[in-house]
Amino acid sequence: MSVELKSSDEIAIMREAGRRNAEVRRALLAAIAPGVTGRELDELAKAEIAKRDAEPTFVGYGPGGRPPYPGAICYSVNAQLVHGIPGERALAEGDIVSIDLGVTYGGYVSDAAFTVAVGEVAPEVQELLERTEAALHAGIERARAGNYLGDVSHAIGAVGQQARYGIVRDYGGHGVGRQMHEPPHIANFGRPGVGHRLKPGMVLALEPMFALGSEETLEGADHWTVSMRDGSLCAHFEETIAVTEGAPEVLTSLAQLDAPAGVADVPGGPGVGARVGESA
Amino acid sequence: MAQRRDRTRAPKKKKEVIEVEGVIRDTLPNAQFKVELPNGHHVLAHVSGKMKMHYIRILLGDRVLVELSPYDLSRGRITYRFR
Repeated sequence: MSVELKSSDEIAIMREAGRRNAEVRRALLAAIAPGVTGRELDELAKAEIAKRDAEPTFVGYGPGGRPPYPGAICYSVNAQLVHGIPGERALAEGDIVSIDLGVTYGGYVSDAAFTVAVGEVAPEVQELLERTEAALHAGIERARAGNYLGDVSHAIGAVGQQARYGIVRDYGGHGVGRQMHEPPHIANFGRPGVGHRLKPGMVLALEPMFALGSEETLEGADHWTVSMRDGSLCAHFEETIAVTEGAPEVLTSLAQLDAPAGVADVPGGPGVGARVGESA
Repeated sequence: MAQRRDRTRAPKKKKEVIEVEGVIRDTLPNAQFKVELPNGHHVLAHVSGKMKMHYIRILLGDRVLVELSPYDLSRGRITYRFR
């Protein structure tokens, strides 16, 4: 169970994959509005990925005997946590939707997700989105060479714990490379100072998942859609990052699209937890 | 895409056992249970000592991890109860 280290050449390709992921994410963010269905967003994602000479990572993915995943994105609304299959369900004013997107470019995977409110939502729901994204950035901040994986998990979990959210234990982040899921598994809770020692060249997907209610999840009859058992609202944010000698590099960050080429990413930059769809 | 946490531990050294998931179909005396396996077979399984020590209660319908001996596939040992 060793964690594969990527060479700087490999990370250069993964940077390209991550950039494409961010570009497609921006297109999806612009398209999210009341009345839009999962299928429409999925088709948009597929078209945008194809335009960029890349492939959708999720299509056909079927670990552990699951039926092959049909979509380019996961589309999980309200109490659906992750892995919702995009279908005819349309977004309504007041929904929150999590979109998870995998883009493979040059044989390497980039994996990122975000949750947004469609129109107006209750303040505690908006806060859930903001805090879950803050947990992601707290985790990224700790993902430095010499730290331990437990430091990252602990930093993520601490944010959820402080807000008394349900911290999902059944799912977590993972290593990323040629495969979407590589060792190690990255729990969203843990003790500092335990687990793998982080080294430059590790590429990881961090993905906090918090719920307003209990942490317990349920897998749907389609073998994919994961929902909160108690039906509470939940949020999920994810970025693919590379551990470096210095500050971690967020390969999938939206901020890189606005920054001039060659400028390093600033973790904790402008987020996507904002409301969309009001003026669309 | 989030990765499911793997709850199946690495098989024990030395001992060769087959680990399978099952569902409790019947509770019997002496902490024994009838467990239905994904292949449709029913096995008679007892709760492992470690689980008894920690008072892990097992009810009808629970999903559990069962260890089977390759020598006697009709009996098993319950080593984990899924939540």
